[in-house]
Amino acid sequence: MSRKVLIAEDEPNIVASLEFLLRQSNYDVRVARDGEEALRLVASFAPHLVLLDVMMPGKSGFEVCRHIRGNPAWRNVKVMMLSAKGRDIDVNQGLALGADAYVTKPFSTKALLATVRELLPEDA
Amino acid sequence: MGEFDVRGQRLAALCLLGLLLFNYPLLAVFNVQGALFGVPVLYAYFFLAWALLIALMALVIERRG
Amino acid sequence: MLQGWVIVLTSFAYLGLLFAVAYYADRRADAGRSVIDSPYIYSLSLAVYATAWTFYGSVGRAAVDGVGFLPIYIGPTLMIALWWVVMRKILRISKQHRITSLADFIASRYGKSALLGGVVTVIAVIGILPYISLQLKAVSNSFTIVLQYPEIVMPAKLGAVPLLQDTAFWVALILAAFTILFGTRHLDAAEHHEGMVAAIAFESLVKLVAFIAVGAWVSWGIYNGWGDLFARSAAEPKLAAMLTPFDGVAGSYSGWVWLTILSMLAIMFLPRQFQVTVIENKDEKHLNKAIWLFPLYMLAINLFVLPIAFGGLLHFPEGGVDADTFVLTLPMAEKQELLALAVFIGGLSAATGMVIVETIALSTMICNDLVMPVLLRLRALRLNEQPDLSGLLLGIRRGAIVFLLLLGYLYFRLAGEAYALVSIGLISFAAVAQFAPAALGGIFWMGGTRLGALAGLGAGFAVWFYTLLLPAFARSGWLPLGLLENGPFGIELLKPLALFGVGGLDNITHAMIWSMTANIGAYVGVSLLRAPGAEETRQASLFVDVLRRPAEPGGPRFWRGTAPTPELFNLLARFVGLTNAADAFADYARQHGQEKPEARPEADAELVHYVETQLAGVIGAASAHIMVASVVKEEALSLEEVRAMLDEASQIIVYSHRLEQKSQELERATQELRAANERLTELDRLKDDFVSTVSHELRTPLTSIRAFSEILHDNPDLAVAERTRFLNIVIKETERLTRLINQILDVSKLESGRAEWHESLIDLREVIEDTLAATSQLFKERDARLVRRLPAEVPKVVADLDRIVQVVLNLLSNAVKFVEPGRGLVEVSLTEERGFLRVDVRDNGPGIHPADQDVIFDKFRQAGDTLTGKPQGSGLGLHISQRIVEHFGGRMWVSSRAGEGACFSFTLPLAREAALA
Repeated sequence: MSRKVLIAEDEPNIVASLEFLLRQSNYDVRVARDGEEALRLVASFAPHLVLLDVMMPGKSGFEVCRHIRGNPAWRNVKVMMLSAKGRDIDVNQGLALGADAYVTKPFSTKALLATVRELLPEDA
Repeated sequence: MGEFDVRGQRLAALCLLGLLLFNYPLLAVFNVQGALFGVPVLYAYFFLAWALLIALMALVIERRG
Repeated sequence: MLQGWVIVLTSFAYLGLLFAVAYYADRRADAGRSVIDSPYIYSLSLAVYATAWTFYGSVGRAAVDGVGFLPIYIGPTLMIALWWVVMRKILRISKQHRITSLADFIASRYGKSALLGGVVTVIAVIGILPYISLQLKAVSNSFTIVLQYPEIVMPAKLGAVPLLQDTAFWVALILAAFTILFGTRHLDAAEHHEGMVAAIAFESLVKLVAFIAVGAWVSWGIYNGWGDLFARSAAEPKLAAMLTPFDGVAGSYSGWVWLTILSMLAIMFLPRQFQVTVIENKDEKHLNKAIWLFPLYMLAINLFVLPIAFGGLLHFPEGGVDADTFVLTLPMAEKQELLALAVFIGGLSAATGMVIVETIALSTMICNDLVMPVLLRLRALRLNEQPDLSGLLLGIRRGAIVFLLLLGYLYFRLAGEAYALVSIGLISFAAVAQFAPAALGGIFWMGGTRLGALAGLGAGFAVWFYTLLLPAFARSGWLPLGLLENGPFGIELLKPLALFGVGGLDNITHAMIWSMTANIGAYVGVSLLRAPGAEETRQASLFVDVLRRPAEPGGPRFWRGTAPTPELFNLLARFVGLTNAADAFADYARQHGQEKPEARPEADAELVHYVETQLAGVIGAASAHIMVASVVKEEALSLEEVRAMLDEASQIIVYSHRLEQKSQELERATQELRAANERLTELDRLKDDFVSTVSHELRTPLTSIRAFSEILHDNPDLAVAERTRFLNIVIKETERLTRLINQILDVSKLESGRAEWHESLIDLREVIEDTLAATSQLFKERDARLVRRLPAEVPKVVADLDRIVQVVLNLLSNAVKFVEPGRGLVEVSLTEERGFLRVDVRDNGPGIHPADQDVIFDKFRQAGDTLTGKPQGSGLGLHISQRIVEHFGGRMWVSSRAGEGACFSFTLPLAREAALA
């Protein structure tokens, strides 16, 4: 079964780039435009990985992350945070909240894909 | 001078009054011929004014402010 | 009846009576039931002011110039009005410091200076000598006259009578003995002489009664009352002139004024007056009655002076009889023997009263302030070994009394002829007046120093001596008269009676003017030259502030140090005797609730101070201080410490006030600092926010650019459509990025004031039209309708063309972006208001929430949530627009209701020429 990835990002162009990259790597991709939608899709789509933009309208990425981690059912869902804020304290904050990875924008596509592959090992 | 209470001030005023009464301007006024009950005007003035001053001093002292 | 032996007998009987009164009063005082503890007795005792001078001399003076004798009594009346403050202060001080004499008072004030005390004593002695001789003259003359009854013969020239036949000499001796018996039978710790006070109160009554008797008799016995008396005087041309003595000569008033001033000072500083008013005072409250009773007495005793004077002038024409003797010679002439005898006794009474009190006062001064300090210093060791010094003290005083009276007699023989009685007395007045600056200054002015007082006294006394005493000797032939007429060594400017050419004044006025000038000038000048020393400052404060402090029985403690108690006790006993010393210590024990302070090995500062004050009551403050200091191992107080102690009270207030102010200032400063800190933190936060927002804004398009660039690079086989799409995105995002960077730079420039402005006159209408044209494509894309309301012509405004274009463009593009596609309506209007042009851009979009309206012009704020990403704006457009508009003096604002569209407006001021048009 192919890995399911949820993209939570409000900037359409960035969404487009991420979609292309992930689909090209044969991931099942869904997109959420804001935090609420993201949580709904986590519930319904049950992704293995969530690409979470921090700056989103409504619930911020941090809040969504907390929610996900707060739910024991989603223990195994991997969370990768995307943010334009690259300061150490932001990274640490993200990781402290339970994110499995933290990527700063602009990102290298290769690096991003590598991190995704890391978080989602091939063997199901 | 905090020691100048009301009595002190009034008495000081009486002293000044006395200096006025027994000095040049007023003395010249009474320095005239004539007699008051047989006593020459100036002499009568002197003793009457003096008595008045003493009476006022007594008043200030004996009255409780 | 008026034979010699009758007179002598009566005189001695009277003196015996006086002595009995005194003795009785002393006995009662010792028993604790004082007779003199009454304001009436006190007031009568003050009447010792009226001496033989008053009794005989006033009439003498009145017979010369009418009312010329009156200032001598009116002056004191006026001064007594001020006693409420001045005398109360002196009384309080003297009680607190156990002052024993006038010299003691002055010495104590200026740092317990023995030198000053000695100087005051010397001046007092020399100054009073004429006064004493006056009394001797009066008594001996009146005796001689009355002896001649029924003849009326004036006494012969003085110099002619040999010593042993001179009545005055015997009078002097008798008075000396009498006074010794009176006042030096024993030593009193506080120098109280209750017997003496009782006796002179009695004497005041006697002389008053005698004078009124003779006065009444003259008025209604010889004549038919005052009316008759004065009418007859008016009939005599010479006498009539005296009824209006001032006669338009203003110069005569100056003598009058100075005489008043002189008497005002005399009533304070004559040693006998100081003695009865201050030292002998038993209760401060007695002062109240005395303030009006004493002037009343003076009025009473002067009431008949003029009648007697005129009566005498009428009765004894041709000047055969000395006017000084009218009081006596009138009854004699009318064969009123009893009355004459009464008058003689009255005169005797007046004279003896003065002599007794004056010599006792002076002898105390000589003993305490002149002799003892010298003896103590010279033979300090020897005196310390004496167990009992009270005998020595008494001996010194007795000797002093004899010495004074003999000196008085000497003056009488040498110079007593020169002047009439009154003039002699005035010379003494002028001498004691020299004490006024130092004494009065001392109780009101903290700045008076010991040196200043010495200088003032010295200068004043010197001038007095030169202008009054020397002429008296010259007039009596003991000094060449040329001195008076041509000045010393022929220097006219230094004529004793007309110094520096100031002539035309009587000798008293002249002397007073110059001596007071010299005295006050030296006192103030020298005092200001150097600050007072530690002891002086301490005493000054105690004196000047005495009425303001609560009555402390012991006074502030200024001794620091200890003394072995037995030594202290012995010291006290040496001067007051063992019993008195034991009593004193017992008193102290009782006051302080201690038992047997003499048992303690070391005496504390309070006890030391107590002993010192006890001693001061006997030997004066200066000597007491020396004696106690020799026993106490005192830690010397430095000037700073004394000052600090004294100023503590007032300074504490000042300091705490300043502290309060400082703490208030500190609080204010802290608050300001806190506010500034908050502002800075806020700004910092804003800066951080800005920086992070900017960085975020920049990274967002960069992300797309990089991502798609890499995708395009890694996927050469991409479909054309997709490749095109991706490239477009890259281009668009690059543009976005560029725009953003430009805007950020713009904002930065605007905020820092580094923006370049190119001002010119612009036509807003044209600008709007041009911008509309530029955005027509946008309108078409969104299918929005445009309505323009532009007047044909508008005045010009001053602005930067590009910038205003930027503003209008911003508004228009915002409007277009926010309207619903297809249904959008944008309205642009341009109106002219007073001095302004106004542009409105209205749209029918979703409108703006009131909450957002407040912040919409802030940086990075966009309608709705921050950075929703819907419009490709940066949130900086409006901010920049507003700043541009404000830079040119205009305003920008928005009015909107949620759901009903928004209207953005701005104004620009008209160019000035246009505005004026």
